[in-house]
Amino acid sequence: MTWETTALVGAVGAPFLTAVLIFALGEHRDAARSRINLAGAALTVVAVVAAAVAARAGAPDAYPSAGIALLDIGFSLRADMLGALFAVVAGVLWLITTVYAIGYMSRASDRARFFGFFSVCVGSAIGIALSANLLTFFVFYEVLTLATYPLVIHSGTPAALKGGRTYLTYALPAGGALAAGVVWLNLIAGPVEFAAGGSLDPALASTHPGALIAIFALLILGVGVKAALFPLHGWLPAAMVAPAPVSSLLHAVAVVKAGVFGIARIVLEVYGPLGHELGVTQVLAALAGFTIIFGSVRALAQDDFKKRLAFSTVAQLSYITLGVALASPIAIAGGIAHLAHHAAMKITMFFTAGAVSEEVKAYRVSEFDGLGRRMPLTMTAFSLAAIGIVGVPPVAGFTSKWLLGVGSIDAGSGWVIAVLGISSVLNAAYFFPIIHRAWFRTPKPEWAHGPAAGKPEGDMRMIVPLVMTAAIGLAMGLLAGVALSPASWAQTVAAWEFPW
Amino acid sequence: MAEWIVRQLPALVILMPFTAAPLAYLLGAKFGRPIALVSALLSQPLALLLAIRVSRVGTLRYEVGGWGGPLGIDLVVDGVAAVMVLVTTVVGLFVTVYALGYFGDRERYRFFWPLWLFLWGSLLALFLSGDIFNLYVCLELVSMSAVALVGLTLSREALVAAMRYMLAAILGSLFYLLGVALIYGAFGSVDMQTLREVIRGDTTGQAALALMTVGLVLKTALFPLHFWLPPAHSNAPSPVSAVLSALVVKGSFYILVRLWVDVAQTAAFPGASTVLGVLGATAIFWGSIQALRQERLKMLVAYSTVAQIGYLFLMFPLVTGGGPAAADAWTGGVFHAVSHALAKSAMFLAAGTVLARFGHDRIEGLGGLSRRAPATAMTFGLAGVTMMGLPPSGGFVAKWQMIRASIESGQWWWAVVVVAGGLLAAAYVFKVLGPFFGREPEAMDEADLDPGPSPWTMEGAALALALGSLVLGVLGQPLLDLIMVSAPALVAGVTP
Repeated sequence: MTWETTALVGAVGAPFLTAVLIFALGEHRDAARSRINLAGAALTVVAVVAAAVAARAGAPDAYPSAGIALLDIGFSLRADMLGALFAVVAGVLWLITTVYAIGYMSRASDRARFFGFFSVCVGSAIGIALSANLLTFFVFYEVLTLATYPLVIHSGTPAALKGGRTYLTYALPAGGALAAGVVWLNLIAGPVEFAAGGSLDPALASTHPGALIAIFALLILGVGVKAALFPLHGWLPAAMVAPAPVSSLLHAVAVVKAGVFGIARIVLEVYGPLGHELGVTQVLAALAGFTIIFGSVRALAQDDFKKRLAFSTVAQLSYITLGVALASPIAIAGGIAHLAHHAAMKITMFFTAGAVSEEVKAYRVSEFDGLGRRMPLTMTAFSLAAIGIVGVPPVAGFTSKWLLGVGSIDAGSGWVIAVLGISSVLNAAYFFPIIHRAWFRTPKPEWAHGPAAGKPEGDMRMIVPLVMTAAIGLAMGLLAGVALSPASWAQTVAAWEFPW
Repeated sequence: MAEWIVRQLPALVILMPFTAAPLAYLLGAKFGRPIALVSALLSQPLALLLAIRVSRVGTLRYEVGGWGGPLGIDLVVDGVAAVMVLVTTVVGLFVTVYALGYFGDRERYRFFWPLWLFLWGSLLALFLSGDIFNLYVCLELVSMSAVALVGLTLSREALVAAMRYMLAAILGSLFYLLGVALIYGAFGSVDMQTLREVIRGDTTGQAALALMTVGLVLKTALFPLHFWLPPAHSNAPSPVSAVLSALVVKGSFYILVRLWVDVAQTAAFPGASTVLGVLGATAIFWGSIQALRQERLKMLVAYSTVAQIGYLFLMFPLVTGGGPAAADAWTGGVFHAVSHALAKSAMFLAAGTVLARFGHDRIEGLGGLSRRAPATAMTFGLAGVTMMGLPPSGGFVAKWQMIRASIESGQWWWAVVVVAGGLLAAAYVFKVLGPFFGREPEAMDEADLDPGPSPWTMEGAALALALGSLVLGVLGQPLLDLIMVSAPALVAGVTP
């Protein structure tokens, strides 16, 4: 194997290997488990970065790949630039989340199960990122579905079990739809490999228009659940019963982004121009536009901090969907860039939720008065991420919204500007009150003088990661013009995704 | 020497358990255990070599004693036979390892070893039989040893279930034998190769096939003739449950497939194959819903078998039209039999571990199992993936092929059944997994109820089978190819 394929296979294999080792170690060997987990995550980071380097060197059509025969399509991996972006995001944030989770879970039970399945989820997300075709994508997609379940119900309480059931009620039928769509598509179009600019024969639009529309609906139904597209979003707020590291990495990054990433693959690299010809991407764009407004409105009404963040995620994910559904390379770049930008910002916010609930037992926005005094670093990081999501420069969210706005005009879909505008106002309306409460309201007496003398504001294993992710979010915005930033990377990819 | 072994492979693979069985009987429980283990281990290379040989050169014919047809007994090994031998051998090994821990060397269960080895040999002989009378003999051998194994514990429930099982089995065999007699009378042969050319869809032919089908459907426990299966499979000792659900029902199904797809070629009876498909679909729904209603783990797993058997019968309407859809349905159906064999034996063994350790298998009393027996909970979960037909599992590959065949042949409704059946399976799998991951039951006194971990042979063997059913989902292509080696003309697309 060349170093390129080693990196590719290693990026997917390392988290799964980590999981096996963690399961084998059992419940009681905490120190060894933590070491193995950190080493596995670090190795994964090296591998995904190497895969990204290889992808960039091979772009746009000599990507490293590896695979075996399976069914009529093959089980194969490929490191292309679009996939590498998602893989790097998942891998790097996994390393940071591991540190956070070791702190957060230090007093919880069933840690072997937790960290084992967590690694499986990350491996699946990276597998999804680096799949070369729909069959491989589907395999990892369903592994992700199943491996997330034990994490959602981790506490084992009736509420957690109910959240898990809700999650499965959405996710499993979606998997069935996805499977049917993939099989059907392969029958009509032959083995479909992902390819920038679409891989379907243009002639199919005239020979099988009805079938292609039905297949598109099945596929989007399948990935739309994880992408939390309205009306398939209901599981996400319910899944907030999961421990904070799960909400942070999986329900803000790995799982939900696997959904929107799937939409990107299907819209850009399977259907390509056919999607616009058949009119299906326009419908998808409209649905995404509606979800943006809907999620934001619902977020306004949530007092539970994690639920508010979850509805915000519902809305933000649809920015990505909207971007890839618009017929403009600039909008596509905005959508893809937002995949990375939102990941950094939203994971910071969920880290905050976990740190706050562990340290001061505050779960509701209404309990946050003066929290900035008690946990200054944490709330600074949160505030930075919040203004980024609202779209205030120079934090990363501004860059992607800007690209989306310019792109929508380029695509001739001016209505998107209105959606973006309303959404930004709503984002401000549900985030700024939190910032206001934290910094400007009178704190509880015991918070007024900050953390106890000589003590940090919380478990440093949780505080340091969230400061790091906030810094990453800021850096992505400040350095958007630099060649290797997600925004530039996305613009390079988008140019190939939209050659028509 | 090497060449001689290769030529004798079909006989050797059967002789191994058949030689070990009487030895295990004569030497008693103390020696039965090592004998069974050695036989199981030696069978592995034999079955593997046989499979490799078939994939290289195609169908093997072996004349027992050199007599040849029409007087002698011929063994015929094509792709599907080699696959069934392989899966029986692999499942057999792990069940044997599990049983070492499960039965220990208790004198009470000394008959397990000879009976189990005898059943093993009979199954292999069945898969390799080249004529329909020989198939009948093997079917009876399988049934009789299976009935004895169900009644092994001599408990009241076990004996009642064994008696019911025996009545169903004998009735099934009788129907089958009647059909064989009719065919021999009308067409003058029992050799399947000969019959393939001479059998006709006239009244006698149809009546014979109908009789044999009813008998075999009863033995395979297809809805609505499944009534005997849940009590028999759930009351048997767990290693026996595993073998019954994983392998024994596949034996009669295998004959059915041979008759319909290979000998009679379903094209002659399109209406009847639709009936089988409809019964299969009903079995999927009925079995799953019944599984969902069970409060005992082993009963749930047994009803899951009723449902999973249904999938096998979807093969019939899908192969009827021939063409590429038939090939997909063929590989999908056989692959489903294989992956279900691995996953279902894993599930029954896991349930057996629970039952042996806690003295009960009430699902609501098993809360928090993943804390007390992580390997067993994991086994159940992994095997559940194949039941649901989700990737990466053998069940997924099988269902993929079935969905493909449905759309390809324009019978999309079977695809809907396959997908819906997977969701129902998810419902009963998670009905168990939820409590496993949940809290311990309130009233539990750990010291009282939990005698401590099970032998590693039990947990390890079950986990290995479950992992095997997963591995098939990624590395299953060689097996898919083997299933198509010397496949019947109807599915291979060759005009007979």
